[in-house]
Amino acid sequence: MHEMSLAEGIRSIVESAARDGGFSRVTRVVLEIGALSAVEKDALRFCFDAVMRGTVAGGAVVEMIDLPGAGLCVQCGRNVPIAARYDACPACGSYRVQPTAGMEMRVRELEVE
Amino acid sequence: MCSVCGCGEVQFRPVADGARAQSATVGWRPAAVTANAAPVAELPLDFGSGPARAHAPGLSQGQMVRIEQDILGYNDRLASANRAWLAARGIFALNLVSSPGSGKTTLLCRTIRALADECPVTVVEGDQQTEFDAERIRASGARALQINTGKGCHLDAQMVGRALPILAPADDSLLLIENVGNLVCPAAFDLGEAHKVVILSVTEGEDKPLKYPDMFAAADLMLLNKVDLLPHLSFDVDKAEAFARRVNPALQIIRVSATTGEGFEPWLAWVRLGLERATVGATRPTGLTRMAGG
Repeated sequence: MHEMSLAEGIRSIVESAARDGGFSRVTRVVLEIGALSAVEKDALRFCFDAVMRGTVAGGAVVEMIDLPGAGLCVQCGRNVPIAARYDACPACGSYRVQPTAGMEMRVRELEVE
Repeated sequence: MCSVCGCGEVQFRPVADGARAQSATVGWRPAAVTANAAPVAELPLDFGSGPARAHAPGLSQGQMVRIEQDILGYNDRLASANRAWLAARGIFALNLVSSPGSGKTTLLCRTIRALADECPVTVVEGDQQTEFDAERIRASGARALQINTGKGCHLDAQMVGRALPILAPADDSLLLIENVGNLVCPAAFDLGEAHKVVILSVTEGEDKPLKYPDMFAAADLMLLNKVDLLPHLSFDVDKAEAFARRVNPALQIIRVSATTGEGFEPWLAWVRLGLERATVGATRPTGLTRMAGG
């Protein structure tokens, strides 16, 4: 439900980049979304279209690159892949896994004209 | 503008010491963020890499511009400013989050009464509508400022930043921010608090921490509330706590009842420790005068 606020954050970044870069149209917005981040991608896509209407990025395509989750297992000391915050360490079964990657919510790049 | 979430009209209803200030309601839209967005540090833009790259075919006029900015970067910068504002005054701020009906407001009222002789307490109340909670808080003796988020589902750093100078908490005091009752959205928005405290009540399911992991991962302390009702319920306390620690191995947990006061001593001791640290660690510049009314 907070995806609308995230979409407004994206608009703010895009508009500021457009102003500073002097481009008049953004045709594609590429996002990086981590597997452990608090983003529902379908909801964000829906909000993105609504929020970008009437801006330089009106009608722009939004592309989301999934970034995998990873964590450090406190129990066995290994760096392991995880798909969710409550995942057990695939090596030793412990739940004491400290996430180290996959929390990203970033605007990576824009395609502009 | 939006019927889904966070961009409706937000109203501040500041009330000082019970006297309602009629002129103080401020209509406000988060969308105004756009107008004063921070400059892009990475600019000038990299246009040197030529036309659209392979993953953007069919748009020969297009150029890819590298941005690399966190979507929540603007909120996080405002949260840092709030944190600095609080640190300068030795104020210990907690962001209380839970689903609706977990007993947050009752817990706050009892906490305020318990600390009445020790330190001033102020409260920021976040709800979509009504001033009911702020009125309950004021009845318990603390100054409270209600933020109505309209259609919004969470407080953000800009709202709290606006509230701070209006509420003007005393130096070395406790600031309690009661977020909108919602176990999802408030997890992502840093307000500048020292800690998020998540409240789970035993009338909810013990699997909540796994169903809503982001919130339990973001919190430093979990208060398991309404434990006085345990004899009447089939709630498995050990299971709930194990689930919460599965999501957040470092999570501290205190079992409390805001109705009977059970478990309040460890909770108050935790608050006192935070207050002490905030006072000692205060970054108070010399000659600082507190901003009053903005």
